Amino acid sequence: MPPLLRLQRDPLVVVFTLAGGILVGLIVLAVLSIAVPELADPFHLAGVAGEPGVMESLLLTFLAGFVAVGILGLLGTPLAYLLARNDFSGKAAIEGLIDTPLILPHTVAGLMVYLLFMSRGLIGAPFSRAGFFFEDAFPGIVVAMVFVAIPYYVDGVREGFGTVPVRLEHVARTLGATRWQVITRIVLPLTSRHILSSALVAWGRAIGEFAAVVMIAYFPMVVSALIYQRFATGGIAESRSVAFIMLILCLILFIGIRLLTKRLGRYDDTP
Amino acid sequence: MIRLEGVSLTRGTFSLEGIDLSLSRGEHLFVIGPSGSGKTLLLETIAGIHGDASGKILIMGRDMSGLLPEERGLSLMYQDYSLFPHLTVAENIGFGLTIRGVPGNETATIVDNLVARFGITPLRDRYPASLSGGEKQRVALARALATSPVLLLLDEPFAAIDPMLKSQFIDELGRIRRERDLTILQVSHSREEVYALADRVAVMIDGRVRQVGTCDEVFRSPASREVAIFTGYENILEGVVTSDDRRIHLLVAGGIRIGIPQGTPPGTRMVACIRAADVVLTPEGSHGTGGLRIADGVVASTRNDEHGVSVTVDCGVPIISWFSHREMEQHQWRLGQEVGVLLPSQSVHLFDSDHPEEHLISHS
Repeated sequence: MPPLLRLQRDPLVVVFTLAGGILVGLIVLAVLSIAVPELADPFHLAGVAGEPGVMESLLLTFLAGFVAVGILGLLGTPLAYLLARNDFSGKAAIEGLIDTPLILPHTVAGLMVYLLFMSRGLIGAPFSRAGFFFEDAFPGIVVAMVFVAIPYYVDGVREGFGTVPVRLEHVARTLGATRWQVITRIVLPLTSRHILSSALVAWGRAIGEFAAVVMIAYFPMVVSALIYQRFATGGIAESRSVAFIMLILCLILFIGIRLLTKRLGRYDDTP
Repeated sequence: MIRLEGVSLTRGTFSLEGIDLSLSRGEHLFVIGPSGSGKTLLLETIAGIHGDASGKILIMGRDMSGLLPEERGLSLMYQDYSLFPHLTVAENIGFGLTIRGVPGNETATIVDNLVARFGITPLRDRYPASLSGGEKQRVALARALATSPVLLLLDEPFAAIDPMLKSQFIDELGRIRRERDLTILQVSHSREEVYALADRVAVMIDGRVRQVGTCDEVFRSPASREVAIFTGYENILEGVVTSDDRRIHLLVAGGIRIGIPQGTPPGTRMVACIRAADVVLTPEGSHGTGGLRIADGVVASTRNDEHGVSVTVDCGVPIISWFSHREMEQHQWRLGQEVGVLLPSQSVHLFDSDHPEEHLISHS
């Protein structure tokens, strides 16, 4: 009997397939609800894409997302390594703090970012005196994105570091490698897939953020804000076209990076 | 050449306590001990992995204890081999040379020589994931030797190898050591490895070195009750010293009387440690030869293994005797058979119960 038919006779597989199918179906329907009408009217879609502000908004969003992920890579990677390799008092509290953006309403996250980075904020004030502003500016978008994406990056990379046996580091050191060389020659190459995967998820989270971003920087307008503005002022058709363009670009990027990293971190030449 | 003086380290509730050991150049010293006794931690401490260890680690008279692992010139090989999975066999072996800035052509020559010496030339461009356990072991050993370490630290290097190949690899390690005049500190559980390779053995229990000596000294004359138990003394009999008209005995539960030397005060609690292989059985009614009769009992159970048969005799307390398969065929001990238990002279190691590390005497 073919494997598929055998599986169909297993009631557990049938029940689980039905349950999972509802979720998958929900996503498919959601995508189709945007894609079908847009593909049915390509001239309208092309018109919206050509409108002033749309492409700028997409570029701004993607660029801010990349900068946010870059900052997370510089600051979050060392933090993830420390958490993966060390036990210390207060570690659980720090892990809880890192995950805070996951459980907070996004408006609360936005308010926190705003209070810190506004011109009178703890961090924003010294910068504003130097002529560098976060409110309604590109840096404001970036810090909001960084804040909401922290747990997605740090947790993923920490898990990756945890998969590298600490004994590899010990052996490398006895062979003459310094701490830095151990990181660059052993640990990072072995976690590259986790790092890229976590960066991709964090980037996706960052470019999708709305509430936290608009509270500190409604302008320049990121895509999520643009879609909301179009929905509020121009109706469904206007916002749907922008959403569809965003959807297509994100899918291309996600699938492309996944394909590029498919072989990354797999070192097995077994035929 | 290599001396540890009072090396101590605490990890949670476990401590290495005041380890003193020395190795001369070209010596192969084994550290044996039960699981969790701190053997691997000791190797890592010598390698410099745990910077908070105290005490001195002197190599050629130079104190290494303040140096980083990369500055010590030692090599450490774990039982899982810890090969770098993202590097090929050749890159693994050459890692230590590359990282130290040895020129590429020199590194390539050393790697070529090593892969040829270990018979792994066809594997040089393979990744570790596709290697067998034996191949990984060869690569790990070649990698550890590539940097010409002053001391090679081996953590159970044969533990993950197919038993059929183990003796071959043991011989191979012995040959390599002689070829290169290596100084090796090796952790092991295996008496086979120890007898085949060791110049001396250190027994480590609960973070402390309890005895150091040759194989015969450690396995034949344990320095403490713990060492006796670990080195395979199957019969550990606790009793009280008693005296009758002319002789002094250790009276063990079940009425077993083991003769002990004059001078031991009656009432002293003592432990007698006896190897199963030293216990002689004789059929009931036969006087028996080969030792003094200490008890009579009934064969309660037998257990076969690849080397022989353990026979447990119920004498009020169980006493275990051991026979080769050939001896067992001769004697044909049966369950329920009444037997006498005899002990040859010099087969009993006595320890004071209140001071278990004090070895009193070997006697029968």
